[in-house]
Amino acid sequence: MIRDITIGQYYPAKSVLHRLDPRVKLVSTLLYLVSLFLFRSIAGYLTATLFLIGIIRVSKVPVGYIVKGLKPVVMLLMITVVFNLFLKKEGEVLVQVWRLSVTTVGLRNAVYMAVRLIYLIIGSSLMTFTTTPNELTDGIEALLSPLNKIRVPVHEVAMMMSIALRFIPILLEETDKIMKAQQARGADFESGNIMQRAKAMIPILVPLFVSAFRRANDLAMAMEARCYRGGEGRTKMKPLRYKGRDLTAYGIMSAYVIAVVAIGRYVPLKVWIF
Amino acid sequence: MSMIQAEKLVFEYEKRDEDGNVVGTSRAIDGVDIDAREGQFVAVLGHNGSGKSTFAKHLNAILVPTDGTVWVDGRNTKEPEELWHVRQAAGMVFQNPDNQIIGTVVEEDVGFGPENLGVPTDEIWQRVEESLKAVGMISYRHHSPNKLSGGQKQRVAIAGVVAMEPKCIVLDEPTAMLDPVGRKEVLKTVQRLREEKKVTVILITHYMEEVVDADKIYVMDHGKVAMEGTPKEIFSQVEKLKEYRLDVPQVTILADELKRRGLDIPAGILQKEELADCISSMILQDNSQRTEMDG
Repeated sequence: MIRDITIGQYYPAKSVLHRLDPRVKLVSTLLYLVSLFLFRSIAGYLTATLFLIGIIRVSKVPVGYIVKGLKPVVMLLMITVVFNLFLKKEGEVLVQVWRLSVTTVGLRNAVYMAVRLIYLIIGSSLMTFTTTPNELTDGIEALLSPLNKIRVPVHEVAMMMSIALRFIPILLEETDKIMKAQQARGADFESGNIMQRAKAMIPILVPLFVSAFRRANDLAMAMEARCYRGGEGRTKMKPLRYKGRDLTAYGIMSAYVIAVVAIGRYVPLKVWIF
Repeated sequence: MSMIQAEKLVFEYEKRDEDGNVVGTSRAIDGVDIDAREGQFVAVLGHNGSGKSTFAKHLNAILVPTDGTVWVDGRNTKEPEELWHVRQAAGMVFQNPDNQIIGTVVEEDVGFGPENLGVPTDEIWQRVEESLKAVGMISYRHHSPNKLSGGQKQRVAIAGVVAMEPKCIVLDEPTAMLDPVGRKEVLKTVQRLREEKKVTVILITHYMEEVVDADKIYVMDHGKVAMEGTPKEIFSQVEKLKEYRLDVPQVTILADELKRRGLDIPAGILQKEELADCISSMILQDNSQRTEMDG
């Protein structure tokens, strides 16, 4: 099941988006997410949609792959839509079933909210699809480095993130091994109610934690042996440097934000209730 | 010149009860003198709990002596200001290949050491390339370490140390978790480094087959140096080695047994070929004697 989730995974391809500086992608993603909440009209939504389609085309990530990433959030989406649909009492009543009613405002809010959420997820997963975990941590480190002045250990946090990413597959493999070992001794993970199943996980979690701590200890020693002493005085093998295309990307992004806000505010396009 | 020198080294650690109170001390290393000269291949043998790994950790200043001194490249490991010099001079490769690779891509892991040393970016790339070539892993530079075999991971770990340009490489049971193929890969790599880069190598192990080429061998037991000498001198004392719970190579045992049954075989045979030559020459001699008698 864990393996089915495509959100946050890297999709190797050769596109301009893949080659962009991670800082550009991080900032742009953030701008796009914020921009989704800056308008409340159908013209704005159309602009945001066109922009998103354009980016998807440029990224060379297959649409099917992106849609698959939406699967795990379908439940969340449904809940949001249902709440918005039935709990708004303003506006014209469209349908009335017992004490629940669907109003024009409710319908509009539900659709807008669903679209926003979907775009939010697609937008942020496009960033992770086109950026390797390492680039991502480098980008975060570079962007947050001003926080160093107020003594936030930015380098250390980024290092922790990249180590965590390195150890995910190792710990998954280990979990698998431990599960098999416990099953060989008669452990049962599949039957019983939720409580019983949760209890059955204890003999997996305890050895997993013990081994994770042991690994952490070993790794810390290995890092020290290789002269690791925090971020100070450290050079970079792959330093981040802005190139021409990165500046162009910043330009396109700012143009989009201005356009979407202006169009969303001033283009009077009305389709039925939207 | 001495690359590594341990003088009357003692290391004690505190024993604690369940509440964390100190209940006494235990000596892991008890008055050890070990000396490795520049360019030498020195092996430290010992079974589990003999103190050999604890000794290894002293060479990189991960542990500092309770008593006595350790000199690495002429620097005292006890001095805090020498710490980074010591760690750069004596690179360390550990037992578990998974737990010493930090990067998510092979080349980034090899670059980790030079990055810590503050080497300029261009030179890091140069060093990474050279060290990956030296261990024969250059074609895997863009791979994820998770997809490599144990032997390959260990070679990447060695490259990571080589990239720091140490004068001495300490290998703490580098083959203990590997299969026979991986073990051979790693040993071959170490040998190549010795020949090409002329680095001093300290190999900590309990496999005696790995140390037949050593310039000098120390056998540790209960935190003390129990035997020292050349491989010939050490391996000729099969009974004593068994006492220290070491796995004597099969050829050496066979040669020793044959010798005790009265065959004229020299002590301390280490290689299959050596024993085979010995026996075949004996057979030839025997045959020629018989033909003489018949004639």
